[in-house]
Amino acid sequence: MSFFQQHSTKTSRKHVQDPALQPWVEKYRPKTIDDVSAQEHTVAVLRRTLTSTNLPHMLFYGPPGTGKTSTILALARQLFGPENFRSRVLELNASDERGISIVREKIKNFARQTPRAAQPHVTEDGISYPCPPYKIIILDEADSMTQDAQAALRRIMETYARITRFCLVCNYVTRIIEPLASRCSKFRFKPLDSSSTSLRLHQISSLENIPISTSVIETLINVSQGDLRRSITYLQSASRLSHSTNPPTEITSRDIQEIAGIVPDDVINDFATVLGVDIVVGSGMQTDSKGRAPGFDGVRSKVRELVREGYSASQILSQLHDLIIEHPTLAAHRKAQCALSFAEADKALCDGADEELWILEAALQVYKALA
Amino acid sequence: MSLWVDLHRPRSLDDLHYHQDLSARLRALASSDDFPHMLFYGPSGAGKKTRIACTLKELFGKGAERIKIDQRVFLTPSKRKLDVNIVQSNFHIEITPSEVGNYDRVVIQEILKEIAQTQQVDVSARHRFKVVVINEADTLTRDAQAALRRTMEKYMSNMRIILCANSTSKLIAPIKSRCLLIRVAAPTETEMKLVLDFVAKRQGFGIDPEAAQEIVQDSGGNLRKAILVFEALKMQSPSLTGPLSIAKPDWETYCHKVADMIIQEQSPERVMQVRAKLYELLSHCIPPTIILKTIADRVVDKVDESLKADIMHWAAIYEVRMRVGNKKIFHLEAWVIKVMSLYKHFCFDIDMDAFD
Ligand SMILES: Nc1ncnc2c1ncn2[C@@H]1O[C@H](COP(=O)(O)OP(=O)(O)O)[C@@H](O)[C@H]1O
Ligand SMILES: [Mg+2]
Repeated sequence: MSFFQQHSTKTSRKHVQDPALQPWVEKYRPKTIDDVSAQEHTVAVLRRTLTSTNLPHMLFYGPPGTGKTSTILALARQLFGPENFRSRVLELNASDERGISIVREKIKNFARQTPRAAQPHVTEDGISYPCPPYKIIILDEADSMTQDAQAALRRIMETYARITRFCLVCNYVTRIIEPLASRCSKFRFKPLDSSSTSLRLHQISSLENIPISTSVIETLINVSQGDLRRSITYLQSASRLSHSTNPPTEITSRDIQEIAGIVPDDVINDFATVLGVDIVVGSGMQTDSKGRAPGFDGVRSKVRELVREGYSASQILSQLHDLIIEHPTLAAHRKAQCALSFAEADKALCDGADEELWILEAALQVYKALA
Repeated sequence: MSLWVDLHRPRSLDDLHYHQDLSARLRALASSDDFPHMLFYGPSGAGKKTRIACTLKELFGKGAERIKIDQRVFLTPSKRKLDVNIVQSNFHIEITPSEVGNYDRVVIQEILKEIAQTQQVDVSARHRFKVVVINEADTLTRDAQAALRRTMEKYMSNMRIILCANSTSKLIAPIKSRCLLIRVAAPTETEMKLVLDFVAKRQGFGIDPEAAQEIVQDSGGNLRKAILVFEALKMQSPSLTGPLSIAKPDWETYCHKVADMIIQEQSPERVMQVRAKLYELLSHCIPPTIILKTIADRVVDKVDESLKADIMHWAAIYEVRMRVGNKKIFHLEAWVIKVMSLYKHFCFDIDMDAFD
């Protein structure tokens, strides 16, 4: 019982936030499952659970910002309604302590309680809530739970299946132990396609009354790569910045890139030129670089310059990679040579290597490959 | 008495000497209630922390400068006690997770929950959220970063997070996508000279432009270093005119000596001598990566062009090995042997050519 008391004091302290100041990702979080974009298959299956009393254990997986958390929260809300939500749904995520002891105590306690009786009902505003006779435990970001903690879940999932359904949410399905995964119906969330992203961004910008050009939308789609949370956050940041002047300035693609930590094209082009890549500059733009560096020192001083600008190594390398691999005239065997060194550098950076050393290493390898 | 770096540190956004457009943006953001989570990143000594402190002052006024330091005890899941120093004002709290090593998740979780669940009691506060500043955020463990994710969304009404890091590479994507990224580049040489000028004026003298130029060049974009060196030089010779002899820190001179030893002789005996020196450096808590980079930079300055890239290649390789492995000294030593072998082969080949 103590758990419920704790829970209710917690929520009573929480106050309602002025919607004008809400982060847009929260403000425009889908309220119903039909509001979720681009995950048609999942939504179609889940819609059926709204009219039956059955729900399997579920496993949602897919990259960040594709609607996993939103979908399960919306579904739970549609099943139980605001009044019963708190007594029927337990949501735990990676910021909650979820070690093995918590699984054995908190989660188990919640799982085994018989759900308080609640009737299917229709609220004043005409929305009906089926209130099926089970509770839902949402384990968001479940891939950060230890194997032990996951193993401890097995029994609980089985023993109380009649009154408690689990929904595990994660990015990588492989991080969930097989015995758990096999007990769940799996739903894959796909990165959002460009047209769904574009539609959503257009809706938000018109509701927020901020004009954005098609090219800005395109940039948002490019930098966020199917992660809608990212594109919405970037859009809101850009709009904050554009409103920081009076009158507000227009949002540009470059603003979005800067917010997203993208290195400007001319900086990357310049770097590539120093390494010996021929830059085909369209639209009459001229880079002011002096061509391929004469030797080691030239490469090193260019790398130092980049590091001083504060750009992140992984970002620089990923952009340089794209430039080289997509280069229109560079010979394939040279590209292949470069690709090898980018792979090495990426791995090294993931292992926590020194950024300057590895930008330099990758740069020197490219420089050699293009000699 | 305070050092000049602290004494003349800008206290408000208006006082900041460079990146004016960035200051203007921060000022505008701070004046609205719609203040996002932020991630400040950029090289050491570029002024990230100063800028964060100025932003806090802009947000909350002078109260943000009245800080106290508390000793707090946290309990790990295995009931171990952790003592942590927490810097805080009525409006913000500052933590450096690397101080608690692998238990950073516990500390972050506790602090964030606490802040998220208490409301600002000070009715005169300009904002109802509190700010949590996380220093050296790129050293956060994966676990701790994961713990931040949903919290950042869930408790936005009571709390904002400001992360401070050298680079964004080590932060997981879900965190980056929840923050407004603020890149703080190192100041340019001209900007740095202006700052030195300013400091000199505040101390009541002028600085010789040539001297300023030398100090700036020596600092590699690190403004803190430049001001520290400036103060040290001024103490040594009050006239301070160029050309200067900027004393290198002892460890750097020591590293250079090691580099020279490697180039002078390549033999098993020499490896042993170098090894002793490396131990000496490590025992003085010089970070192994810095040791490796400093020696490598010196070595490549002294060898033939055709060897430079290879030497750096192996430095890069052994640097990762150091991180993944356990014994720093093994990998430093291995690199030294590699370099000696490369160098010796190179000299040998030249010698042979001379016979043809
Ligand atoms: N498929 C989607 N349809 C509509 N909005 C989405 C979708 N995916 C993500 N979003 C937006 O991105 C935000 C984060 O989505 P969330 O469901 O938390 O993603 P995750 O898959 O990482 O759990 C939501 O608040 C919502 O605004
Ligand atoms: Mg989620």
